[in-house]
Amino acid sequence: MISRFKLAAAVLSSVAAISMATDAVAAPLKVDPAKSTVNAVFKQLNVPVEAKFKKFTAQIDFDSAKPDSAKASIDIDIASFDLGEAEYNAEVQKKDWFNAAQFPKASFVSSTIKASPGAPAGSKYDVTGKLTIKGKSVDVHFPLSVKKEGNAQVFDGVVPIKRLAFNVGEGEWKDTGMVADEVVIKVHVVTTPS
Amino acid sequence: MERYTKPAVLLHWLIAVLIIAAFTLGLTMVNIPGLTPTKLKYFSWHKWLGVTVLAVACVRLLWRLTHAAPAYPLRMPVWQQKAAHGLHGLLYVLMFAIPVSGYLYSLSAGVPVVYLGLFPLPVFMAPNPELKPLLKFAHYWLNMTLLALVCLHVLAALKHHFIDRDGIFKRMLP
Repeated sequence: MISRFKLAAAVLSSVAAISMATDAVAAPLKVDPAKSTVNAVFKQLNVPVEAKFKKFTAQIDFDSAKPDSAKASIDIDIASFDLGEAEYNAEVQKKDWFNAAQFPKASFVSSTIKASPGAPAGSKYDVTGKLTIKGKSVDVHFPLSVKKEGNAQVFDGVVPIKRLAFNVGEGEWKDTGMVADEVVIKVHVVTTPS
Repeated sequence: MERYTKPAVLLHWLIAVLIIAAFTLGLTMVNIPGLTPTKLKYFSWHKWLGVTVLAVACVRLLWRLTHAAPAYPLRMPVWQQKAAHGLHGLLYVLMFAIPVSGYLYSLSAGVPVVYLGLFPLPVFMAPNPELKPLLKFAHYWLNMTLLALVCLHVLAALKHHFIDRDGIFKRMLP
């Protein structure tokens, strides 16, 4: 009996310890995948074209009271990249573009999230982090806006990148005359009220 | 025999060259397999040509509405006059319908047209995956209809020139 009691006490105290540990970090928010989007806008002979990553998972630990402890990460399924035309979707999975066979995922992990100076409290943040595409990691820096819509929180990040820094577009596609080097990744994450 | 006015002749041959270029480029580009820079370049050029055709067609229609075409020779049978008139009308319709269908097809695919890579043209339709195959179908078959009608148009012109020798073809020569 005594040993059982001890076991139960030990379990209880470790559960308490775990819950205290999670309390110390900002609570992770529930992301609504149906309302969230990750799109890439690129220019082809100056024509802006927007394509979407249909499958991704986003994790956001964010509490506007303590943004310094906030964390954000996104895992993107490269195979889900949709240009709106099956033939082109198949092409961009190939070696010259994403080489999805070898690099099926792209990811972003934040390193710092700081309130933007000058902006109304809780509305704008400066985010730095590592973006990894096609096995190449690059430090990125972008503004993130946060707003409330009902009980949901909406996060919008606009991340300017250069595709050649990730070797996206090799061989004849290295020429930026046809497809510009500058690409903007637009992240729109909506959380469901928990 | 009375000739077409100089601007009418110029507009006719200008649009003929533009249409032949756009048509040939269109067939060439869709037959390039996969995705290549050349293919993307041709798509853009094709759209620029199409927009130019539409602009020239507007000018041409205005000119035609304000300047009567020379009358047909009296010895030309009435049915032929009516057929020629009808064919010209259809060609005018297609000069507008084809670029417009192509423009809408591009918008439905989520690709706006930036004329000459410099001037963004209006985007009045959101990307529409349901409408896209219909517009593609329409653009293709309007073009095939145009091809058939242009063949008729050319054959008729050659017949007037070489068989009837009635001077009709010369009215449109520069």
